[in-house]
Amino acid sequence: MKTLLKILSYLALAGTIVPSIMVFMEKMDIDTNKNIMTVSMVLWFITAPFWVNKKAEETIL
Amino acid sequence: MRKKGIVGHLESVNEYEREPIPQSKLKGLKSFIGMYAGEHTAGTEFVIGPLFVAHGVTAFDLVFGLLIGNILAVLSWALMTAPIAVKTRLTMYYQLEKIVGRSLVKFYNVVNGIMFTFLAGSMIAVSATAVGIPFGLTMPSLHDMLPNSLGWIVAVFAIGAITTVVAMFGYQQVSKFANVAAPWMILIFFAAAIAVLPDMGVKSVSDFWSVANEKIWTGIPLEGQSKFTIWHIIFFAWFVNMAMHIGMSDLSIFRYAKKWEYGFSPATGMFIGHYFAWLASGILYALFLQQSNNSTEFAPGVVAYNAAGIAGAVCVIIAGWTTANPTIYRAGLALQSVAPKWKTWKVTLVTGLITTLAACFPALVMRLLDFVAIYGFLLMPMGAVIFIDFYVLKKLGLKSDFAEKAGLNFNYAAGWAWILTLAVGLFLNQGMGMEIFFVGLPGWFIASVIYIIASKYYQSKVVFKTVSS
Repeated sequence: MKTLLKILSYLALAGTIVPSIMVFMEKMDIDTNKNIMTVSMVLWFITAPFWVNKKAEETIL
Repeated sequence: MRKKGIVGHLESVNEYEREPIPQSKLKGLKSFIGMYAGEHTAGTEFVIGPLFVAHGVTAFDLVFGLLIGNILAVLSWALMTAPIAVKTRLTMYYQLEKIVGRSLVKFYNVVNGIMFTFLAGSMIAVSATAVGIPFGLTMPSLHDMLPNSLGWIVAVFAIGAITTVVAMFGYQQVSKFANVAAPWMILIFFAAAIAVLPDMGVKSVSDFWSVANEKIWTGIPLEGQSKFTIWHIIFFAWFVNMAMHIGMSDLSIFRYAKKWEYGFSPATGMFIGHYFAWLASGILYALFLQQSNNSTEFAPGVVAYNAAGIAGAVCVIIAGWTTANPTIYRAGLALQSVAPKWKTWKVTLVTGLITTLAACFPALVMRLLDFVAIYGFLLMPMGAVIFIDFYVLKKLGLKSDFAEKAGLNFNYAAGWAWILTLAVGLFLNQGMGMEIFFVGLPGWFIASVIYIIASKYYQSKVVFKTVSS
């Protein structure tokens, strides 16, 4: 389950940056990019909290 | 359950507050790299990058100025802060108390707390520029120093109230949320900047430098803004965290480091947050200026929304909120030293109210560069005192940790070093016209020299008094 969540989180990060690169390469319009970024944001915030803070516990203070 | 969380958090913070960190509690390099990368990609980055554009810096000055300034900042952490931290393994506050005495540390805490309060206020204002978008809020302009509408005050108070209540009851949860948000926020900065490059006229990588010079960092300041040179950029990048490195407040962080070399770890924060994120937010602001025909409106939320849509606006809200929240909490803890009998939540409530009132004034955002420079300069002299006390005093036959050894509550040598340095800084700034960004460097040497001379006089006087009485 955790592995699946991690894969979805990484897909969300990819969905944040890759479409912007495609806009730069003129292979996508900016409005589509904005929509994908919004969907990716939602995906990140519903999947990442389940595994990111495991690392956070090891941080300082 | 929430109260338990807060108690647990406070206990963890207070752990080893007055004793060296034991060997078993030391942390690995990864912890420091992650912490600095996250901490320095925050709400302020949405303001600083655009302000560089507004101040008419050139592309060359910015790119090379940031490179030099950030390297100097990393070296300050690595060569000044971390070596002392791994030898003493004490918090900055306890180290300072041993040198300057409890009363002077309290005074330092009050100044620190007030600065934290204003910093948090600027972040609430930044968040308000994003929250106000769906309500058609009239955004402040670069020249606004006072609240420009009732709607602005309402938006600021709404965010301030939420932030304060969360700081009172849920600091731990916000800290966890900030950890979750950090990687995504970093990518939003980059993604938004990359996506708007074609609109700026960059069709291929080879176009970037010419467009950067002609359309982004043009070298021409906006109306009413002073002109920034490479020296402004170098000194700003170096001293933006002056309180933390030269000012020594990150002794509290590096006391956990296994080796002093971990002092190079802030490089992640400097080069992700204070380099690429500042460049990225500058690009977004340049596009906004282009599309709005050089509007003087200055609203990071609107700028991010135009470039990245809802994700951009949410990024500004989260970046502002996750910076403001712990800052209000830290301000509360710092100010609590004045009223130790007050409950933490009460101090945080009062701090949050002051923060919210301050956030109503857009001046906090528009003059953020000056504010950050003043903040660093105000606290820096105590860092110079710690440095000299640790490395120099013994070599001159003087006592280090003098307040502890002589049983003093107020080491006047350190007090003079602080006050006189600030007075000289004020004179250099107001009397000689030296900009605040440049006062920190001579200030450090002035503080060091005054502390040495004053210690020589004061220590002999205290010893003389002790002997004669």
